[in-house]
Amino acid sequence: MPILEAKNLTYTYSVGSPFEKTAVDHIDLQIEQGDFVGIIGHTGSGKSTLMQMMNGLLKPTEGTVLLDGSDIWDKKADRRAVRFQVGLVFQYPEYQLFEETVYKDIAFGPKNMGLDEKEIDRRVRETAEAVGLTEELLEKAPYALSGGQKRRVAIAGVMAMEPKVLILDEPTAGLDPRGRTKILTQLSEYHKRTGCTVMLVSHSMEDVAKYVSKLLVLSHAKVICYDTPANVFARGSSLEEIGLALPQITRVFHGLRERGITFPDEVYTVKYGAELLRRALEGGKSGC
Amino acid sequence: MLKDITLGQYFPMDSVVHKMDARYKIIITLIFLVMLFWGQHIVSLAAGIFFVIAATAASRIPPKMLIKSIRPIVPILIITGLMNLLLLDGGKEYFRWKFISVTEEGLQTSAFMIVRICLLIAGTSLLTYTTSPIVLTDAIESLLSPLKKLKMPVHELAMMMTIALRFIPTLIEETDKIMSAQKARGADMESGGIVQRARALIPILIPLFVSAFRRAEELALAMECRCYHGGEGRTRLRELKSGMRDYIALALMILLFAAVIVLNAVLY
Repeated sequence: MPILEAKNLTYTYSVGSPFEKTAVDHIDLQIEQGDFVGIIGHTGSGKSTLMQMMNGLLKPTEGTVLLDGSDIWDKKADRRAVRFQVGLVFQYPEYQLFEETVYKDIAFGPKNMGLDEKEIDRRVRETAEAVGLTEELLEKAPYALSGGQKRRVAIAGVMAMEPKVLILDEPTAGLDPRGRTKILTQLSEYHKRTGCTVMLVSHSMEDVAKYVSKLLVLSHAKVICYDTPANVFARGSSLEEIGLALPQITRVFHGLRERGITFPDEVYTVKYGAELLRRALEGGKSGC
Repeated sequence: MLKDITLGQYFPMDSVVHKMDARYKIIITLIFLVMLFWGQHIVSLAAGIFFVIAATAASRIPPKMLIKSIRPIVPILIITGLMNLLLLDGGKEYFRWKFISVTEEGLQTSAFMIVRICLLIAGTSLLTYTTSPIVLTDAIESLLSPLKKLKMPVHELAMMMTIALRFIPTLIEETDKIMSAQKARGADMESGGIVQRARALIPILIPLFVSAFRRAEELALAMECRCYHGGEGRTRLRELKSGMRDYIALALMILLFAAVIVLNAVLY
């Protein structure tokens, strides 16, 4: 049974006014336990709306969301409990910090869950470490931190609830390349260590290709494809048609293929690409 | 919840009323308001109803938008209606209990007041439905410009209003976002007593204020970078232009008002 499932999910903004807009259009989706899913799509393709329905912040206009097989909008369902199980980190989450200290801010979620002091303390310290915040930062005021650090505090605030599914909406937006890699690597480690399900929303293929096990491509409120990165990138041109750029390394290998040099499978990480090239070149050498 | 605020909610349509000069729309609305309060007689209400229906038809605003604008003041309507109904004495008496009574005059006044308040809101809502807030402040600035001679900072006031209006939707959106983000962390805003609910607002208000200050700073900087130095010698991108339809509309309004005055004088 998938941990999170969307059935015929639809969301329409401002129903009945001239601004009416369907942001998510009859989407069916199954997220398996332990997957690391990348969600890719253009601005306005419905990524954020879809994610907010997944943890019950937005009520679908049509369709249902099932968490562990039960409808989260069922009359008996406790939506607050759902939000503890499906943690959502918003875009630019650093703007939601409000406590006097970093420690208290990370503790906000666990405190709302009604956990005891000891458990809260353990979670705050563990997640702070997981996102690379040092011990002395915990006692500082969030506003005294740098942008990247604030971002990581906000992510830790959601992680500390230890949700079964962690959703992050563009966690790297507006960060420099080094900050991006750092956050994504830490996420990947967190995913490996805890084995929980992670969904990462992004508009950059480059960013997510390296880390995810599955890719969901959205365009104009609909699912274009949902598959492993290799299978998704194999559709190269159709992705470029909807305005999504393939990772540079994938484009290099597509170029090679057009020139008649074929490789067994899709390449979307530089590491694997280099490995393939090395092997091919060595193979060539032994040939002559 | 936050999206239900209709204040300044512009409803774009392609209609005569939308195309009218905003200054004339403001003047006509003012005359309409005076007219509503002019006569104590049913005539002024009839004229008011006629005005609202005609203006709604001409602006092609769906009538349900007007009902939506009245909805927030329903409690006021109920209180006004009940006060007039129960406390006013005069005419035939239908029911009495201690100092509470239902009389003919009470019934009439109560109905009169309710209709009048509804018309008041519907009429003014029509103005904001058919005029975008930015154009509206431009028009107010233009109408108040004679006061510049009295050293009133008209331009500055209009600019402040424009900025405030411009940022209302932004801040609403921001509030929505912060609320969602805190709810995602399990913030509970729907249950508990007054103190608990007030405390639940802290995680929303602090980030909201911080972001409002940040925006104000950025905006001030951006304005300075573009050499903003007040209203003197400043020209406009959208000039307000009046034309035939504005004169006709104003003339019709004045006629309607005159009719109310005359009928009032004749009937009373």
